[in-house]
Amino acid sequence: MDRAEIENIAKLAKLHIEDDQIDEAIAGMSNILELVEQLSSADTKNVIPMAHPLDALQRLRADEISENNVRDEFQAIAPETENGLFLVPKVID
Amino acid sequence: MAWETVIGLEIHVQLATKSKLFSGASIAFGAEPNTQACAIDLAMPGTLPVPNKKAFEYAVMFGIAANAEIGKRSVFERKNYFYPDLPKGYQTTQLAEPIVGAGYFDIQLDDGESKRIRIHHAHLEEDAGKSLHEDFHGMSGIDLNRAGTPLIEVVTEPDMRSAEEAVAFAKQLHQIVTALEICDGEMAQGSMRFDVNISVRKPGDPLGTRTETKNLNSFKFMEEAIELEVERQIREIESGNKIVQETRLYNGETRKARSMRSKEDSNDYRYFPCPDLLPIELDDEFIDQARARMPELPEAKKTRFINEYGLSEYDASIITTDAKTANYYESVVQLCKLPKPAANWIIGDLAAQLNKQELSIGESQISPEQLAGLLVRIDDGTISSKGAKTVFEALWSDGGTADEIIERKGLKQVSDTSALEAIADEIIANNPKQVDNFRAASADKQPKMLGFFVGQAMKATQGKADPKVLNQILLSKLTGQ
Repeated sequence: MDRAEIENIAKLAKLHIEDDQIDEAIAGMSNILELVEQLSSADTKNVIPMAHPLDALQRLRADEISENNVRDEFQAIAPETENGLFLVPKVID
Repeated sequence: MAWETVIGLEIHVQLATKSKLFSGASIAFGAEPNTQACAIDLAMPGTLPVPNKKAFEYAVMFGIAANAEIGKRSVFERKNYFYPDLPKGYQTTQLAEPIVGAGYFDIQLDDGESKRIRIHHAHLEEDAGKSLHEDFHGMSGIDLNRAGTPLIEVVTEPDMRSAEEAVAFAKQLHQIVTALEICDGEMAQGSMRFDVNISVRKPGDPLGTRTETKNLNSFKFMEEAIELEVERQIREIESGNKIVQETRLYNGETRKARSMRSKEDSNDYRYFPCPDLLPIELDDEFIDQARARMPELPEAKKTRFINEYGLSEYDASIITTDAKTANYYESVVQLCKLPKPAANWIIGDLAAQLNKQELSIGESQISPEQLAGLLVRIDDGTISSKGAKTVFEALWSDGGTADEIIERKGLKQVSDTSALEAIADEIIANNPKQVDNFRAASADKQPKMLGFFVGQAMKATQGKADPKVLNQILLSKLTGQ
């Protein structure tokens, strides 16, 4: 873990980190990574990755329309709506 | 040495189910905003997704068409990212165990060559909603009707070497998914969207750094976007710059592209198996049933049309471009047993009329029965080719049958031999000079000179003489044979 990596992670996580907090973050994050790295010492060659803790299979449903228009109920609890749209703070990627 | 272009595609194909991938809300296009978004689509607490069986059936059909291994066991994962039109905060998709494994399609290029494009895999996933950024007093409007619509994302290997090859592949894929009827193919409504990965290199070199141009929804835009990006990359490299791995957006109206985000800014999606959904296992019976539902694919249909109906490669490929045209054609042929004229009329006059009116063949004003009726009357000599055009136009605008129109408009050709013989005799008697010239001329000049007599006879019958019969009569009378 170096400075640049911490800065990039902070940016992706949309977190603000003060300059004098970075060294502490490096130390903390490195500790966590070392801990996690211990996992790779386990031999998993013959272990099938577990997709779900339950030993069961998914049931599928028939392709039928079973849901009606419930816009009014959901928009009644929305902070802001207009012309049937939910309004949210502007984000342009 | 010239640059080589390397292209791989990711294609989102919207499946033509009735309901969503994980909920029973409708996916019909064009509904009022948020009227087809239920509690599951809105990610309300306490809801649980239940996958749509039909979506699996369609994905398996696609896998069979792509000569691919079918993932009998597949697992849904969460792809986490933040965006307001994704209310759950993750997209439910597949990664490690997709429904369709490696496969391929063979595409036909313009020079007649065929090329194999490998499919890396195809997976099932849900679509996001739609964000509208204009005119909501500084806010964005969110419509979640599309959220949860079932998609398959098809990922190819970087096997295409030009815009032309990429477009040929895209068109073939469009043809196949519409023939399978697993997608409505409406590009303008976003039913198929293409992401294009592009890089350039010197032939033989390792792959160059690629960029991804996202969300192209027409073949034309795709071609333009590729050409523009290839030019840009070559220009950058030749002026000593490096290509930055980034996502780009192409604007078809301004014909310009811009960078959307670079790789450094890209999310770590933190994929993990979705705890709300168990692994899905499909048995052989399920796959066999999907296989049994597979219609004839365009390539096979084309070969059959060439063999069974004697069509040229060109005609057969146009008629089998989409399943609806092929079905229309076969209905006409079944009724009139005239495969070649049927192809000519469908590719010619009917296609022209449909183009002019901006209609699809499903909306044709002339039914296969009506067209077959017309073709029979052309074939048995009842009407001339000119008369046929008149009948065609009347069928389109007024309806009815060809026979009714021929009767009403008096388009029946005179093919009664005795009537035509009388006319021929009269013309020969009235034009002794032309007759002498004809008889004195060499055999190779005579056919051209015959035109004069045919013209006179046509005038005398107001164009209603059957030209075939008339030609024979005049020729035998003039040559005395």
